[in-house]
Amino acid sequence: MKRKQLAYPFVIWVALFTVIPLCLIFYYAFVELNSTGDYTFTLAYLKKCFDPLYVKVFAKSIWLALISTVFCLVIGYPAAYILSRLQTQSNIWIMLIVLPMWMNFLLRTYSWLSLLEKNGILNNFIGMLGFNFRINILYTEYAVVLGMVYNFLPFMILPIYTVLKKMDQHIIEAAHDLGANKIVVFRKVIFPLSLSGVISGIAMVFMPAVTTFVVPSILGGNQVRLIGNVIEQQFLQADNWYFGSSLSIVLMVIILLSMGIITKYEKEEGGVGGLW
Amino acid sequence: MVSKINQFIQRFYLAIIFIFLYAPIAVLIIFSFNESRSRARFDGFTLKWYINMFKDPQIMDALYYTLIIAILSSLIATIIGTAAAIGISHMKKLERSTLMNLAYLPMLNADIVTGISLMLLFIFIGLSFGMTTMLLAHITFNIPYVILAVLPKIKQLDQHVYEAALDLGATPFDAYRKVIIPEIMPGIISGALIAFTMSFDDFVISFFTAGNGVSNLSIVIYSMAKRGVKPEINALSSIMFISVLTLLLIVNKLSSSNEKAQRN
Repeated sequence: MKRKQLAYPFVIWVALFTVIPLCLIFYYAFVELNSTGDYTFTLAYLKKCFDPLYVKVFAKSIWLALISTVFCLVIGYPAAYILSRLQTQSNIWIMLIVLPMWMNFLLRTYSWLSLLEKNGILNNFIGMLGFNFRINILYTEYAVVLGMVYNFLPFMILPIYTVLKKMDQHIIEAAHDLGANKIVVFRKVIFPLSLSGVISGIAMVFMPAVTTFVVPSILGGNQVRLIGNVIEQQFLQADNWYFGSSLSIVLMVIILLSMGIITKYEKEEGGVGGLW
Repeated sequence: MVSKINQFIQRFYLAIIFIFLYAPIAVLIIFSFNESRSRARFDGFTLKWYINMFKDPQIMDALYYTLIIAILSSLIATIIGTAAAIGISHMKKLERSTLMNLAYLPMLNADIVTGISLMLLFIFIGLSFGMTTMLLAHITFNIPYVILAVLPKIKQLDQHVYEAALDLGATPFDAYRKVIIPEIMPGIISGALIAFTMSFDDFVISFFTAGNGVSNLSIVIYSMAKRGVKPEINALSSIMFISVLTLLLIVNKLSSSNEKAQRN
């Protein structure tokens, strides 16, 4: 038996449960049921995705995901940096960053409701401190972004931490010896060398953030509808598989394009010089 | 002096991050002991939700399905994925990259699209929704994680080891069982663990592929959304969270004392 034949069960599995299902989505995206009960080719549903109403939903999904990614990066990078510099027990601390992910993701998100409610814990706390303002962001886009940052922050911290931890300390010492101050060392040495971690962090936050329908449906109430919510609705409530499939395909294209852009940067950075 | 201030700022920053990450979890655990069903006002201490939890058939069924699907899907995915990783490592470049790209598709794609495409498939072939469909879906999204964990270990492997085993009279099957598999075991175990975790926590794909009467914990929690999540669920999650925390602390303790023993 040739050794590569060991992969055959997987090949069959992929064909059955990845390729055929995707073909089905493509099929439904381009057909409609006509009056005689036959399926005929149509671009109507794909066109409908570019209706201003839905373009807006796509744009908002991408925008909120981008904001969340930026927040995760700005908050997560320093955290990863500090963690990677801890002398003792740093693996316990990184474990504590991952640990929240062991609690059901829906439950953790629901928990924010108790914190953010009008008479919730956070507002009670602010009141107890004697301040006069209240936080009223529940069921708005702010709450959705907060939920995304909360859920996906560990995905940003982990890859950056891994890269920083592995970094050769001698390079940093050499830069100091050559007269660079801390800021210059960070800007010219540490940050560029950590870029591969930053990029995988961005990919790991941005992708789930664009497509999530759970966070907006819990923290956004019915006020914030992102593309995931619209797709879910088309399949489970409106029973419109054709339009749902078309939207799914547009979403897939957006993700593949952004992944393409993200990994392209990574490759360019593989060489010397590059962006920075 | 400057480094003291610096250190203080760093500690302070980390403390804020940890408060942010753990505040919702702390709230959840505290309110699992709450006398009333309120999720914002603490009305006194009780253990009744912990007792009720075991009597709630909806929660116990969901826990059962979550566990059984996580165990079965990670087991099957580990077998198929490990075999695939070994097979892929012996392929020519073009075959290998094609297959790898296909393998990553479910990881790259949006959960919601994977879930919906599988739902369409199951409707198309007329499979009735239930444990089977959910299991098939979970195996599908678990395999890539196993391959991703095992492949690097195979790359580290000295190719001559396998041939040496054959030269010494082992059959190919024995060579795998006694030489190759033990060598790549750390990768297989971490792949299986990742797969188990992914399956245990999955909502989106389960949501589209589960049937009537078969739900995992995530689906039950989502369906409770409108009426408010039952405090029994908080109790169950608190128990699970504390168990995982304890387990990790023990593992950490053991591995760090192992390291010390090795150094001495």
